[in-house]
Amino acid sequence: MTDLAAPRLSARHLARQRRLASYRRTWRAFRRHRSGVAGLAILLVFVLVALAAPLLASSDGLDVTLANGPVLGAPSSHYWLGTDDNGRSVLTLLIWGSRISLLVGLSATVISMVIGTLMGLVSGYFGGWIGRITFRVTEWMLVIPFLPLAIGLATVLGPGLFNIIIVIGVTSWPSTALLIRSQTLSIKERAYVERAEAIGGGRWHQMGRHVLPNVMPMVFANTTLTVAGAILTETTLSFLGLGDPTRTSWGSMLDSAYQVGAITTGSWWFVIPPGICVVLVVLAFTLIGQALEEVLNPRLRARR
Amino acid sequence: MTAELSAHGLRVEFTTRTGRVARALDGVDLRVRSGEVVALVGESGSGKTTLARALIGLARPVAGEVRWNGSRLDRSARALKALRRQVQLVLQDPSGALNPRQTVYESVAEGLRVHRLVSGSDKTEAELVAAALASAGLRPPESLFLRYPHELSGGQRQRVLIAGALAVQPQLLIADEPVSSLDASIRGEILALLLRLREELGLGVLVVTHDLGLAWNIADRIAVMYLGRVVESGPTEEVLTAPQHPYTQALLSVVPEIEELEPVVLRGEIPDPTRIPAGCRFHPRCPALASGEAEEVAESCRTVPLSVLSGEPDGHRSACHLVSAREGAVPASSTETEEVAP
Amino acid sequence: MSDASLLAIRDLHVTYATGDGPLPAVRGVDLTVERGQIVGVAGESGCGKSTLASTILRLQPSNATVSGTVLFDGRDVLTMRWGELRAVRWAGASIVFQGALHSLNPVHRIGDQISEPLRIHNPSLADRASRQRVGELLDQVGLDPQRARSYPHQLSGGQKQRVMIAMALACDPELVVADEPTTALDVMVQAQVLNVLSTLVRERGVGMMMISHDLSVLADLCDRITVMYAGRVVEEGPARRIFVEPLHPYSAALSAAFPRVGDPAARFAPSGLPGDPPQPWLLPGGCTFAPRCPRAAEVCLPAEPPLTSYGEERSAACVRIGEPDAPSVEPASGHVS
Ligand SMILES: Nc1ncnc2c1ncn2[C@@H]1O[C@H](COP(=O)(O)OP(=O)(O)OP(=O)(O)O)[C@@H](O)[C@H]1O
Ligand SMILES: Nc1ncnc2c1ncn2[C@@H]1O[C@H](COP(=O)(O)OP(=O)(O)OP(=O)(O)O)[C@@H](O)[C@H]1O
Ligand SMILES: [Mg+2]
Ligand SMILES: [Mg+2]
Repeated sequence: MTDLAAPRLSARHLARQRRLASYRRTWRAFRRHRSGVAGLAILLVFVLVALAAPLLASSDGLDVTLANGPVLGAPSSHYWLGTDDNGRSVLTLLIWGSRISLLVGLSATVISMVIGTLMGLVSGYFGGWIGRITFRVTEWMLVIPFLPLAIGLATVLGPGLFNIIIVIGVTSWPSTALLIRSQTLSIKERAYVERAEAIGGGRWHQMGRHVLPNVMPMVFANTTLTVAGAILTETTLSFLGLGDPTRTSWGSMLDSAYQVGAITTGSWWFVIPPGICVVLVVLAFTLIGQALEEVLNPRLRARR
Repeated sequence: MTAELSAHGLRVEFTTRTGRVARALDGVDLRVRSGEVVALVGESGSGKTTLARALIGLARPVAGEVRWNGSRLDRSARALKALRRQVQLVLQDPSGALNPRQTVYESVAEGLRVHRLVSGSDKTEAELVAAALASAGLRPPESLFLRYPHELSGGQRQRVLIAGALAVQPQLLIADEPVSSLDASIRGEILALLLRLREELGLGVLVVTHDLGLAWNIADRIAVMYLGRVVESGPTEEVLTAPQHPYTQALLSVVPEIEELEPVVLRGEIPDPTRIPAGCRFHPRCPALASGEAEEVAESCRTVPLSVLSGEPDGHRSACHLVSAREGAVPASSTETEEVAP
Repeated sequence: MSDASLLAIRDLHVTYATGDGPLPAVRGVDLTVERGQIVGVAGESGCGKSTLASTILRLQPSNATVSGTVLFDGRDVLTMRWGELRAVRWAGASIVFQGALHSLNPVHRIGDQISEPLRIHNPSLADRASRQRVGELLDQVGLDPQRARSYPHQLSGGQKQRVMIAMALACDPELVVADEPTTALDVMVQAQVLNVLSTLVRERGVGMMMISHDLSVLADLCDRITVMYAGRVVEEGPARRIFVEPLHPYSAALSAAFPRVGDPAARFAPSGLPGDPPQPWLLPGGCTFAPRCPRAAEVCLPAEPPLTSYGEERSAACVRIGEPDAPSVEPASGHVS
């Protein structure tokens, strides 16, 4: 028995090594996309800043009552990016705002991906009424204009960080679902899915073991694009005053800048930095998403 | 105990895109038992794969039934799973039938996991997988465990598929064109493997092919299909050395390297199953009818349909008006064709 | 005489540059095709058959390095000027590529696809004349001339393969190279396509090179067969004799793989060849076939056996021929080459 245990152990070990090797291969292919690498670098900077926020700027700087800077002061040696209408440092707001923006973007994406993948799989894999109903629902969600829906929902749920995440999550999944559905439709016709059925595997086995693993790369590539969209939506909702008033995000910064007429008073330092951050992060995710899609989708890879 | 899988008057239809109904199987009787090798031969499009799929419940018949050990197979998930525990299908295309994201180990272990066979056995999963790979002729099995399908040659892929089917220790194996995509040199090895499994495990095999040489190599019995029907069946020696049906004769005559036979190359292709000819379904292409040899029965050929050929494994039968007419004239013949008479 | 032959390939080497280093796909092949003759090339997947075919019209992939000579009508295709090569490609020789039937353009009628080379070649050709020519070509390959109006998806595999042959014939070539023209077709359709090919050679006197891994098909159709293994010719000779009494153990294995129906010896005794062909960049030393050879012995290991003549018109590359348990043929003269 002992002599059998050894090869089995090493087999699992080998399996892990193979998986690592395959990740390494993907990474090497990804590295060849200059734009994807640039996106990754930008994103890394933002993530580091968000994680290190307490080290970079004290959270006291967010408290209106403790603010002691000039009102809408221009950038100076003390306040690199100037101050807001409450005398807080814009740089501090920006650093702490990145936490909220990234958190909302990522969490909402997780919700959106889970719903989208499930709906896409089910509507693509099952024929009959289940497939038809899920597909109909997806189509409805897709044709209802997104922003009014999000605004409506946000108004009903009331402001709050958690609610914002939910609102973005449940309104942004339909495009993912459609993508996953079309992938599923093509994969379920593959011979290996039929083989799984012939072996005796049920529908859930076929879906979980064969269809899902083969649509996962698509899901990954799509995730990054969805994150970008979610961050934009968060900005939009906050800008419209539907965000969490107690927390600072890039969107809420833009909102207050608009409220106090920063644009008309020429206080550009209150408007442009959060705007640029949003654009940069969205761009980073989009670049990564495009590169990933080419790396993980063999058909696109073959064309290169 | 011998297992037995049989089809009785099986009919399978597909609706084509234009809305017409294609009758891919039009009444088929066939029986396979453990311990025997049966070859199902016929041109492309004659319905061989459809029959194989219908036999394990992948295609739903519109009429007729599949029987497993004598009792009718119902289509509940449980009954199908129980059947697929005992009857395994090896699909036609080895490169498409393996999940590109699964290792050889996972592909072969799939059946064991689905049917929870490891807990009921005194061996570990890895041992069972290794044994299945080894019995499919892949040695040493451990060296292949972690390969992905794209790292295998065509012959290895085919053998991994067979190993996956053998892992659950079925009583019957249905192999759809097991060697048609393989090189000549690998072909013999796979066929020898099927024969060895029959010897060692008492496995029954239904092998689907358009290659008569393969049938001669390994099959005890042979069933010749044409346009959704079995048109001739019987022991391989008899069917291939003394074919009765003009279709079988034509098929046999075009096998390269049979010099005794003047090749009878049928014109055109098998008709579209949405438009099955009246009378004998083979009559528009029948060389016997065209040459006037079947003059006396020509009227029946064009108008009188033939009944379904019995799937009982005894004797040599064929569904042909000309053969029945001749048999009628010579009653002392050793072959049985009473089912054929309209 | 080699220079009078329609096609004479001499000591051809083709090496691919790959990520894993140089890959020798063809290693010193000699092959001759006369007018009105069908020469078969047999061998398993990866032994270099398609590579050999592609060099005949200098159509090899760009990562290939070629040396040796390919004489078409006495002129070397590998060194000839571009204009001359174009003439050979137009009207001298044509290739029916492996699997080409899948590359028919789905949005054009097949008649237009067949007549395209005709019209490029001769722009003044009237519509009626070109239509008539397409009809003739289709008729030659056993298709109804009405088929010219069909789209590829309306044709079966065998019909598409015949369209490919018709296209190859469009400019009246002297040499036709058919790469696996019947693989993946069923026996009846295979017989139909083979009929078309042999009729063509008989009636038009073209030369043909036919590639297949099925020795029984080649034995039926060809005059001579060349058997390749790992990029080299291991046996060459008259088709029937190679099939019936092969000299090289590899030809013997190929021949035995397709039983003669009715042969009692083949009943329940399928015969195969264990193992896989060698990786081209990891060729074993000595005889490349030795690791799989049922007759391998010490003498096979030192060097790769040269192609040696046995009798008038046969040659094989195996040092064990003539030894005790081998087919009893006496070595005649010295080395061929
Ligand atoms: N899913 C399907 N939808 C519509 N028609 C089908 C389907 N599957 C098979 N057919 C038709 O049924 C007939 C029989 O097909 P089948 O695949 O059983 O033939 P076969 O004998 O296995 O042929 P081959 O040797 O080419 O594999 C064909 O005419 C085919 O077009
Ligand atoms: N463009 C290429 N670059 C690199 N290697 C190649 C290329 N084309 C073919 N090869 C390799 O050269 C060898 C010979 O290939 P070739 O296509 O000539 O074989 P073949 O005998 O025609 O095989 P098959 O029967 O599968 O068609 C193979 O190992 C193949 O992988
Ligand atoms: Mg089939
Ligand atoms: Mg080739």
